[in-house]
Amino acid sequence: MSPSSPETMRRLTYRDAVREALAEAMRKDERVFLMGEDVGRYGGCFAASKRLLEEFGPERIRDTPLSESGFVGAGIGAALGGMRPIVEIMTVNFSLLAADQIMNTAATYLHMSGGQFNVPLVIRMATGGGRQLAAQHSHCLDGWYAHIPGIRVVSPATHEDARGMLWTALQDPDPVLIFEHSGLYNLEGELAADAGPVDIDRAKLCRPGRDISIISYSASLIKALEAAEILSAEGIEAEVIDLRSLRPLDEATFLSSVSRTHRALIVDEGWRSGSISAEISARIMEGVFFDLDAPVERLCSAEVPMPYAKHMEAAALPQVDNIVELIRIMVKTHG
Amino acid sequence: MGEFRMPSLGADMESGTLLEWRVKPGDRVKRRDIIAVVDTDKAAIEVEVYEDGVVEELLVKPGEKVPVGTVMAIIRSDADQPREAETKAVGAEQATTEAAPPRAQKKEPPAPPPESPAERVKASPYARRLAAEHGIDLKTLVPSGPHESICAADVKQAVEAAKAAGPEEPPPVAAPPRAEEAPAAAAPAPEEVSGWKDPEAMRRAIAKAMARSKREIPHYYLQTRVDMRRTLGWLESENRRRSIKDRLLPVVPLLKAVAMSLQEVPELNGYWIDDRHQPQEAINIGIAISLRQGGLIAPAILDADLLGVDELMAALRDLITRTRDGRLKSAEMTAATITVTNLGDLGVESVFGVIYPPQVALVGIGKTMEQPWAENGLLGVRPVMTASLSGDHRATDGLQGARFLDTLNRRLQEPSKL
Amino acid sequence: MNAQRTPKKKTPKAERDHVLHLLKNMIRIRRLEEACAELYSAMKIRGFLHLYDGQEAVAVGVMEALTAEDAVVATYREHGHALIRGISAGSILAEMFGKQEGCSRGRGGSMHLFDAKTRFYGGNAIVGGGLPIAVGLALADQMQQRPRVTGCFFGEGAVAEGEFHESMNLASLWKLPVLFVCENNLYAMGTALKLSESVTDLVRKASSYDVAAASVDGMDVLAVEAAAQKAAAAVRSGKGPHFLECRTYRFRAHSMFDPELYRDKAEVEDWKKRCPIEAFSKTLKTEGLLTDKDRQKIEGEAAKEIKEAVAFAEACTWEPVEDLTRFVTSERRSE
Repeated sequence: MSPSSPETMRRLTYRDAVREALAEAMRKDERVFLMGEDVGRYGGCFAASKRLLEEFGPERIRDTPLSESGFVGAGIGAALGGMRPIVEIMTVNFSLLAADQIMNTAATYLHMSGGQFNVPLVIRMATGGGRQLAAQHSHCLDGWYAHIPGIRVVSPATHEDARGMLWTALQDPDPVLIFEHSGLYNLEGELAADAGPVDIDRAKLCRPGRDISIISYSASLIKALEAAEILSAEGIEAEVIDLRSLRPLDEATFLSSVSRTHRALIVDEGWRSGSISAEISARIMEGVFFDLDAPVERLCSAEVPMPYAKHMEAAALPQVDNIVELIRIMVKTHG
Repeated sequence: MGEFRMPSLGADMESGTLLEWRVKPGDRVKRRDIIAVVDTDKAAIEVEVYEDGVVEELLVKPGEKVPVGTVMAIIRSDADQPREAETKAVGAEQATTEAAPPRAQKKEPPAPPPESPAERVKASPYARRLAAEHGIDLKTLVPSGPHESICAADVKQAVEAAKAAGPEEPPPVAAPPRAEEAPAAAAPAPEEVSGWKDPEAMRRAIAKAMARSKREIPHYYLQTRVDMRRTLGWLESENRRRSIKDRLLPVVPLLKAVAMSLQEVPELNGYWIDDRHQPQEAINIGIAISLRQGGLIAPAILDADLLGVDELMAALRDLITRTRDGRLKSAEMTAATITVTNLGDLGVESVFGVIYPPQVALVGIGKTMEQPWAENGLLGVRPVMTASLSGDHRATDGLQGARFLDTLNRRLQEPSKL
Repeated sequence: MNAQRTPKKKTPKAERDHVLHLLKNMIRIRRLEEACAELYSAMKIRGFLHLYDGQEAVAVGVMEALTAEDAVVATYREHGHALIRGISAGSILAEMFGKQEGCSRGRGGSMHLFDAKTRFYGGNAIVGGGLPIAVGLALADQMQQRPRVTGCFFGEGAVAEGEFHESMNLASLWKLPVLFVCENNLYAMGTALKLSESVTDLVRKASSYDVAAASVDGMDVLAVEAAAQKAAAAVRSGKGPHFLECRTYRFRAHSMFDPELYRDKAEVEDWKKRCPIEAFSKTLKTEGLLTDKDRQKIEGEAAKEIKEAVAFAEACTWEPVEDLTRFVTSERRSE
């Protein structure tokens, strides 16, 4: 564990954490290279790979044409050929242009080949709304990809995970999708000076509490923590769980929490219908039904393509106030 | 010798119709020759043979639809001896049998009698589990969870109450018998307690008490509207610093205010017995509690004026639990010196109650709802509750009644002093 | 038939051995496919089954140009490619039977033959989906400075897919060692090339990406072999990707459940006259390189090989159903 005394901590943005992780991976393993649209000279759409071109050169910081299916497929092929590619897709919406390669190839090769060909590929992409980017750049489809067996889906919400998940993902023999919420890149936070790789399997209990479990991930986790703080002042102690990995789901962690608090709220920026929140709710029902003291509740994005106008977008996304209000109702003791 | 069978031409093909034979018995065929045309669900498809030989017999006629695998023709390979046509369309029979296996008659279990909605208790799974573990009947609990459900806290409270009551607590049926005419026996007397489960007996007892009240007591009725903003605000802030299980219900400050007002207007707290007004020193507030199986009962919170709000809350929970559980102490059944009936939770705006003889007053609590409210020449919206008083005109006059309601109102404007 | 003939001067004996080897390989494919059709009709093989009859010269000719170090990416009509690449007929048939001794453990079936030993990367059944994989395999070779070629087979139907264009562009842009082999059999399932492409000259399409491109008679195994040798040598020497259109024809229906409503019987019969096996046999006989006895010997050996393969597949075993969820993620990951 990294020590947490102040002198060993430093402040940096989520973006810096991602960039450090990229640079470290490139330095540690010659097989690692980064490929995607504008990752090189431009420095990355979200500046995550800024200045990496200078250190690693155009072979390993490889700008691609706008052909998601082509370069994601090339990433798969390169992984099959012994490299450890990191493919960056600008946003999750664009990843749909490569959905064929992700779903029909990356996720299936090991199985179709009867265990002969694994695909050690890492795909990073920006996800989520809140930046007024409207209906083609703002969706949170992390949970959608979590539907697919054969890939891992991780959603780093914290600086520690932004810094530490990449290396672990690169060590994994199978495809790993890393979803970086675009609203988090500018977020400043504390990170241990010697922060390094972290596991990509387990959910994490971020805040203990006795009255309710809030299960969340990515940027929604930050909102859940904020809501828990407000509720604490009112005497409601919410336990907050960061899923971290959406596939596989670490259900042991959230089931154990719900069995203690007897109430569960899932905060998910994805749309409600057919969402990861639905999956989690179902697992709670399957796993700890007899520990539930209230129906499982969900806060998800409104079922609309993301609107542009700021107030409309805000209304479409789960917000701290919504979390607080819903939990007040859930934990009330009188009818 | 070979059998030419209806081929499977797709994973979803179950049968095919022979359209035509391209060969006749005696024809020589070579491997890969087209010998038949078969109609599938999609289209007519030419079908090839997989061996060399002579067509000995055609077993299926054009137009016949047969399952995949059915022998359609016998092909005698050159090595074979001519043979008798002993093979009938065996495959067809077999295939038909396989295609439609005899279906076992599945017996439907007799449908269970429908559960009546009234019997269905809405309780969380966790509450149900806890109740089962502690042997608590969910029907005796007051729901306080979301969606009016019984939650774990309700069960835990009942468990606590049962522990507090202890094993020496006599069950209701063992309560000493009481004369019907004893003070405060508007509710069924303890010997009738065992009759709680008997709605008819309960109804008869209520009928008797209420008829007597209306026959003997000359009621007068007063009501006033109370601005509840301050009280509710106080309640919210109080609850904010309490854990969930310690939260106060809105009725608690009301009960406390009633108890304090009775200290100021003691004439309303007591009995009319033997043609004589007998005010009582102890303020034992009877709480009208309706029972799930029907009927109501009004056990008392003893010395309500001496209890703080938290104690009052605990006493109220305890009382409700034990009432619905049928485990009241005899004193609680008989000691009420006044009754409070709160129908506000049921949406009632104001209550004009019937006094429980021999008590001399009944306080009615209506629903708190947002209403226009003028104050200092300004119109605003306030949560407003209508409080009413039913008084026994033999014991008191409208003056005392008015003073009581006025005091109650004042108390509710100074919630911090409750 | 075609001006291009065996490129290198060989001794008469060596030349005779070589052409008989080519003929035999084509016959092996034909007999394998015949067995498949029969076994499908008998319900030993299920799912989709796409047979290669008529196109044998392409797989046989091109494989001559690839070494054991090279990689092969193929499509769902790949039995012939797999067989000639060196996967045994037994393990191919066992795969189609769904047996665990199959080359993909019965997880893939007819459309997904895989083999790590021979670097045979499927068996890709999304039209166009294999091209980016080939690009990636070549990228890995280029980055690791390995003088290898990735042979990528696909039908002319794939040319309409975006992945064709993305892959041509990437391979050309990065000068990747891919030999693109387009088997133009004139029909994408049931849609004729002229009904689906505004420009039917496929060489022009590849050329537009500055990919060296040529067209060859795909019914002439010697012509295919010569063209493939030339292209593969150029690719191997670092001259970037090459595109080879092989004009061929599929004698059988697209799959087993195809009434062939979209093409004239006369057209099929015309093409059958150019059968790569029979036409080649005739030429060889004329030139005195093939005797009836040779042909009988080849047929006998091929029949024996296939007969033994069927017996092998029959004798193979079913994977225990308890293993159902294996090969979804790699088993060598410690967790």
